[in-house]
Amino acid sequence: MPAERLERRTRRTGGAPAETPLVLVESAGNAMRLAAVSRSAQASGLTPGLTLADARARVPGLDAVDHDRAADEAFLLAIAEDAARWTPLVAVDPPHGLALDITGCAHLFGGEGGLLAKVPARLARTGLTVRAAIAGTPETARALARFGPGGIVPPGGDAEVVLSLPVAALEAGDETLVALRRAGFRLIGDLAGQPTAPLVARFGEAIVVRLRRMLGREDRRITPLRPAPVCMVEQPFAEPIARAEDVEHSLRRLAGRAALVLEARGQGGRIFEAIFFRADGQVRRIGVATGRPSRDPDAILRLFREKLDALADPLDPGFGFDLIRLAVPHVQDLAATQPGFDRQAKEDDEVADLVDRLVARFGQARVLKFVAADTHDPLRAAALIPATASFKGAGWLGSEAGEPPCRPLRLFDPPQAIETLAEVPDGPPVRFRWRRVLHEVARAEGPERIAAEWWRDRIGPTRDYYRVEDAAGHRFWLFREGLFHQEGPVPRWYLHGLFA
Amino acid sequence: MASDTISSLRTLLAQCGPLPRAANTLIPLGPSGLDEALAGGLPGATLHEAFTAAGTQDAAAATAFGLGLAVRFAKDRPIVWIRQEFSDVEAGGPYGAGLAALGIDPDRIIVVRTGDPVLGLRAAGEALRCPALGAVLMEFWGRSKALDLTATRRLALAAENSGVTPVLVRLAAEPVPSAAMSRWSVAASPSQALEGNAPGRPAFEIALLRHRAGLPGQTWIVEWDSEQRAFDDPAPLPRAVDAVHARRAAGAAYTADWRRAG
Repeated sequence: MPAERLERRTRRTGGAPAETPLVLVESAGNAMRLAAVSRSAQASGLTPGLTLADARARVPGLDAVDHDRAADEAFLLAIAEDAARWTPLVAVDPPHGLALDITGCAHLFGGEGGLLAKVPARLARTGLTVRAAIAGTPETARALARFGPGGIVPPGGDAEVVLSLPVAALEAGDETLVALRRAGFRLIGDLAGQPTAPLVARFGEAIVVRLRRMLGREDRRITPLRPAPVCMVEQPFAEPIARAEDVEHSLRRLAGRAALVLEARGQGGRIFEAIFFRADGQVRRIGVATGRPSRDPDAILRLFREKLDALADPLDPGFGFDLIRLAVPHVQDLAATQPGFDRQAKEDDEVADLVDRLVARFGQARVLKFVAADTHDPLRAAALIPATASFKGAGWLGSEAGEPPCRPLRLFDPPQAIETLAEVPDGPPVRFRWRRVLHEVARAEGPERIAAEWWRDRIGPTRDYYRVEDAAGHRFWLFREGLFHQEGPVPRWYLHGLFA
Repeated sequence: MASDTISSLRTLLAQCGPLPRAANTLIPLGPSGLDEALAGGLPGATLHEAFTAAGTQDAAAATAFGLGLAVRFAKDRPIVWIRQEFSDVEAGGPYGAGLAALGIDPDRIIVVRTGDPVLGLRAAGEALRCPALGAVLMEFWGRSKALDLTATRRLALAAENSGVTPVLVRLAAEPVPSAAMSRWSVAASPSQALEGNAPGRPAFEIALLRHRAGLPGQTWIVEWDSEQRAFDDPAPLPRAVDAVHARRAAGAAYTADWRRAG
């Protein structure tokens, strides 16, 4: 097992190397204390935890900046995105680490040794100090990177390596650390042989769990930022590519390879995500969704083309992409089909393709279909939902034979307040004013009384709906909210829709 | 000699340009007088426009007329309805139950909401390339420089290639030069009252502003027939008075102004 499941950690310390010593400060208690120090500051003898006043006394030409944890986290996330080029399973390991599950990935980069050389080298180019380790469990790797020499732990060798680390590697908090030291424990090795029960009683359960994991007796997976996609194909480039045609060409080839993989499994993708890794570490993810499972490379490429054309901030190749990956995070079963002679089925497919293209360009919230709900509440009875949704609504209710339409073509949501002159208690309005225009009612029909749905928590008043037509021939759907002298104060009138 | 003739014929054909893919059959709208004046109806696969100057009040009438045309052209095929979001605020959003009440199947309609006419035209261009569609209905609000002669000509060309009929409904807008086959102005018209002075079938006052075949402008009053899914001449709904209802009405002390509905 450990041979396949390996963990690697990278550790970031300090900021960019600068000539003047740089420290990051934050207020702790009543004093400004150093939260992090640069390499040159470290060389001058400054350590985190020192007060700013002391530090200034020791190193007069000190550059102090406020510590910004949020920016640190964002930076770490950006690095994590770029680290996805090594393996799809990347987790952020606070405060300054990344955990990568490289199960089955190492051989792509020249084995563990190659990986352990390439990853820090890539990060070091951005001016980071990196310490990396590969081990059987995430905790072992973390301890090795932070408190030990780093490097690669051979399969099954976790316990041996960990034994020689200091107890601080347990990261159990200052108080526990002091207690452990007072008890005479200096190295993990001192603790490892001890019986568990007294340790739990004295130092708490946490350090025992941690110990077990570090020694490789218990295994826990990392929680990656994103789950691994079901299907993934990628294309690295020896020389970064920047031209749009090249990008498109590689996407087409990737889509073709993904189609082969999906076809072999009898699946089709519902979501396709292209991930562009820029040479300078920026990562851009662009996803398209399809209404039905699909694996036609040309159709997928068309969707990406639409999406790329419609991007508000266009894909910026910068100095070029050195890796493009096509991931399929969501798949569905899709049997191989033979093209038929059925005109209807062919047209349905064409319309579904059109919907996909429109969704890729305009977004899911803008390409909609009508869906009916089985309710008498007019606002709920019909809704617009994304056209790619597979949700089937209730049936539609047409008008009765020989009846004019009893529902308006256009509906206001929310209804518009109007001033009316109407007969009490339940006559239709005689005239009403909407948007400062007075309408004389020439014809009216109603009321159609629609009560609120009593099974809901918030019950509104009963509504009496009227179909009215003004002298000029405009037809409106008005309602009075509430009944006279029964449900609250004087009822108010609203305009809810416009009839054709 | 024969090959010379053939090659000369070929060059002649090439000069004539590609033949239109779909023969433009005339689609009758319904009312006999209207269809007669149009010499049989309106041709499909060309652009038709409907304008209304009053945006809010006649929005429903203009949309219904546009939808009516789209349904006549589309028959049972899907319709893409491209809408400018702004008209939701001004004149209400489309209501599925209302479409069903007009006899139009809401499941056959795909709604695309766009922020401005430029994006709307792009969506329309995309939709018009899909021959499986029946019609593309565009609904834009107000004046827009984007909807000029070039844009409409592009729509008309796309329609000619795919056989899909575009219908352009413009609310709160004045007609501008365009490549449309026919241009209409639409307003709501008082309906034929039912019993009890209830509003009747949807009625429109439509005026033919322009027709490329040079037909004279004229104004008609037409109604929408939800059952036939066609326009119709205005006529009171032929409905029998319910027997029980009539007896009860006669028995009442007053002559009630009411009818059975719903």
